[in-house]
Amino acid sequence: MSGGIVSKDVVVVGGGLVGAAVAYGLVRQGLSVVMLDEGDVAYRASRGNFGLVWVQSKGDGLFDYARWTRSSADLWPGFAEELRGAVGLDVGYRKPGGLHLCHSEAELEEVDLRLKRLHNQAGPEGYQARLLDRGELDALVPGLGPEVVGGAYSPHDGHVSPLYLLRALHEAFLARGGRYAGESRARSVASDGAGFLVETDAGRFRGERLVLGAGLGNRPLGALVGLEVPVSPLKGQILVTERADRFLELPTIYVRQTEEGTVMLGDSHEDVGYDTFSKPSVMSEIAQRALRSFPVLRQLKVVRAWGALRVMTPDGFPIYEESESHPGAYAVNCHSGVTLAAAHALRLAPLIGDGGFARTLAAFSSRRFDADASRG
Amino acid sequence: MRCDLAVIGAGPAGLAAATRAAEAGLAVELFDEQPAPGGQIYRAVESVPAARRALLGPDYAAGAELAAAFRASGAGYRPGALVWNVDSTLDIDFSQGGRSRQCRARALVVATGALERPTPLPGWTLPGVTTAGALQILLKAHGCVPSEGAILAGSGPLLLLLADQLTRAGAPPRAVVETVPRGRLLEAARHLPAALGAPGYLAKGLRMIRALRRAGVPLHRHATDLVIEGREQAEALSFTAGGRRHRIESGLVALHQGVVPNQQVTRLLRCAHRWSDSQRCFLPVLDPWFESSVEKVFVAGDGAGIGGAASAALRGRLAALGVLRRFGALDGAALEQEAGGLRRRLVRDGAVRPLLEALYAPSAQVLAPADETLVCRCEEVTAGQIRQAVRLGCPGPNQAKSFLRCGMGPCQGRMCGLAVTEIIAAERGEVPQTVDYYRIRPPLKPLPLIELASFEAAEDQPGDAPPDAPPDDRDAA
Amino acid sequence: MLTRLEDESEGAETGRQAPAQVIRFTFDGRPLTGRHGDSLAAALLASGVLRFRVSPVSGAPRGPFCLMGVCFECLVEIDGVGNLQACMVPLEEGMAVRTQGGGVRVVAGAAGTSEAS
Repeated sequence: MSGGIVSKDVVVVGGGLVGAAVAYGLVRQGLSVVMLDEGDVAYRASRGNFGLVWVQSKGDGLFDYARWTRSSADLWPGFAEELRGAVGLDVGYRKPGGLHLCHSEAELEEVDLRLKRLHNQAGPEGYQARLLDRGELDALVPGLGPEVVGGAYSPHDGHVSPLYLLRALHEAFLARGGRYAGESRARSVASDGAGFLVETDAGRFRGERLVLGAGLGNRPLGALVGLEVPVSPLKGQILVTERADRFLELPTIYVRQTEEGTVMLGDSHEDVGYDTFSKPSVMSEIAQRALRSFPVLRQLKVVRAWGALRVMTPDGFPIYEESESHPGAYAVNCHSGVTLAAAHALRLAPLIGDGGFARTLAAFSSRRFDADASRG
Repeated sequence: MRCDLAVIGAGPAGLAAATRAAEAGLAVELFDEQPAPGGQIYRAVESVPAARRALLGPDYAAGAELAAAFRASGAGYRPGALVWNVDSTLDIDFSQGGRSRQCRARALVVATGALERPTPLPGWTLPGVTTAGALQILLKAHGCVPSEGAILAGSGPLLLLLADQLTRAGAPPRAVVETVPRGRLLEAARHLPAALGAPGYLAKGLRMIRALRRAGVPLHRHATDLVIEGREQAEALSFTAGGRRHRIESGLVALHQGVVPNQQVTRLLRCAHRWSDSQRCFLPVLDPWFESSVEKVFVAGDGAGIGGAASAALRGRLAALGVLRRFGALDGAALEQEAGGLRRRLVRDGAVRPLLEALYAPSAQVLAPADETLVCRCEEVTAGQIRQAVRLGCPGPNQAKSFLRCGMGPCQGRMCGLAVTEIIAAERGEVPQTVDYYRIRPPLKPLPLIELASFEAAEDQPGDAPPDAPPDDRDAA
Repeated sequence: MLTRLEDESEGAETGRQAPAQVIRFTFDGRPLTGRHGDSLAAALLASGVLRFRVSPVSGAPRGPFCLMGVCFECLVEIDGVGNLQACMVPLEEGMAVRTQGGGVRVVAGAAGTSEAS
């Protein structure tokens, strides 16, 4: 690339589900945007996502998160339609409600307690997830294994193809005049008086505002512009099977059947740093749990297993932060980039550059960790 | 379950490696998917009836000695075993008899050989279209030949060999349609002097061509624009040759554009690979003892680079010597003498390779298929869709996979991987080395959930601490 | 489209049972025969069957391509288990083989449906 600097209203660092959703939301507002992305091989939590658009169980401990998640789920149907209209791609979003199946009374009780807590915190606005007994589950989903004792259902839950979503976001972003710079890994960011300069492997980019949507990369980059982003990797493994005839319409938290008919199985949590290798023992546990829910899947074959790194904050809730020392620089982090894609595009993006960002999203500021530390 | 040396693949390389290592006293386990030794080149060599063995030629029969030596060596043999995962600690996860278990090895020889280069052509997914190798398997292992004359189309020594074998079996091809471009022999001629170091090979080729002519098998040269026609199944092959369009009818069309290393295991292990311009494929990076960039993982046979059966056996032995050397079980003069002899024979056997590679480089049509041609057969993704994804910013095959589903089907990229790399490279104006290849993940072949669920792993051993900072080579999802 | 070479009298030399043993199986209910030592794919091809499955993506007819376990085109349903590579399975007496149509059959009959909201 020549010595020229690409200059836009906003530079978005990160072309994953978070970066692409925010970038799309920004071009949708009429801003000029460049989205910086890495190359073909990178950590890319977005390529490892399970695909749930999930409301139930979110926000236990921070009800603002439950509200934020619910708002995204409410926006999702229109968002999916908007993407289909923009680029002719059906991202496969379906909202038949979702299930958390429990395999023991202890698990059921834990889920019940959580629902009650969320219900209490919701107050008059209500919380629509509810517990179902085995009989009610059988009416919804045939073929459940004998160990399934009950579960939780929420009408707000759904699922989508995370890969088609990412592709649609990229195409919709380009269709509205967004500029995409691939193989442009950000090496440094700095304020240059009137905006921000980003140095990448493939050239320099300048924006009046800077949005960091680079997942785990937000930590080192954020530090350069006064943003504290305490994120760390938490590995999850997923299995996907060959295509099956349709047997499951409702997504469940560990098993869902995609539009193509393949079945996705999750999940796991391993604190192993930056290792993304698939471990057979973990693959086996995932398979065991799937068969406890749906023994009919015994002969269905796993075609692929992969590991990806969730971007975890200390409490699991998003970080939405505008820098105090470098106003105009923002960090956006979460581990639910699929569920929150609609809110990121349609609610969060419009707040970039708007004085209301910090106020509206105060609950998700990373300063809450300082407060916890001082209380601790 | 433990062993000193695990070998994956019972073709000439695997048999030779296992045999040499077992003879040196190592505990060896050889895993192979087929029920009998021989791989593909020596398929069914132990059970083939004498008459069939005769028409297959003396090179094939040589495989019987390798198999016999292996049987006598004391190496452990696990036929019908599918290795579906290996990690860098050399835990080998395999499925045998419907049950999955783990074998812990101290060293590994990957001898999984080659597979046919993808040959995306219009109509290539129709029933009745096979690879040349498939017709060879039908002949070798089952004594079956086409009843009404198959069309053999493409280029490479295997194509001529198959035509010769079918003719001798009384089922001459309806036609051989060769896609080597005009003038290629002239270009390749600079390798002729070296190739004359392997005179038997060239003479054999000429003999086969003469035999085909005598049998009246039409040979069309310099064919381009191949199209396989048919609605529900293959009905004819049309092509341009000699300045005009031809159409030959047949319900069986066998394609071939050479063979390429099977990368599944080496990619799974994240071995380093390099692009070979002369062989037009990826090769694992290997040291002189065939050890890869992953410690104690050796690659022998065609998987290390296409060299044919005789070379594969030599490399297998050398890899075994490499393992013994790594274990400190063999060194000094004895090692150098044995290895030296093998290396000299390897050089002689490889003398003809540069000529073959230059002469039989894949056709432009399969390297750059037309937009409407299916490239990913499993998920039905066309060359045009891949090119469009690149124009939208896709930097490589893994992003293309996530956007288009190419490579996500049951074959796990075996049929489309190289073609996708070539198409992306051409569209981006980059070399295949830069574009690289699909990330390969376990299981290496689809595995039933019930088997995965009842899998028995070896006990976890204390390993290295997990990396706590992103490594520079950027592992990915 | 395929014929067998007449060489089964050599069986004794190789230690196999001689002459070739005929094996009966069915394909989509049709009775067919093959020989001991056949892969299921070879037996089907030798019986004139070219189309083994339909693509789950488009419904296009597909048949074996590589015969060595690489291409996954020869997928068939054997005794109720779907998506098995016919070229990797030895033919056995009484096998009930069916065209692999689309996805693997998991539950015969109604799938899980969402609650009417």
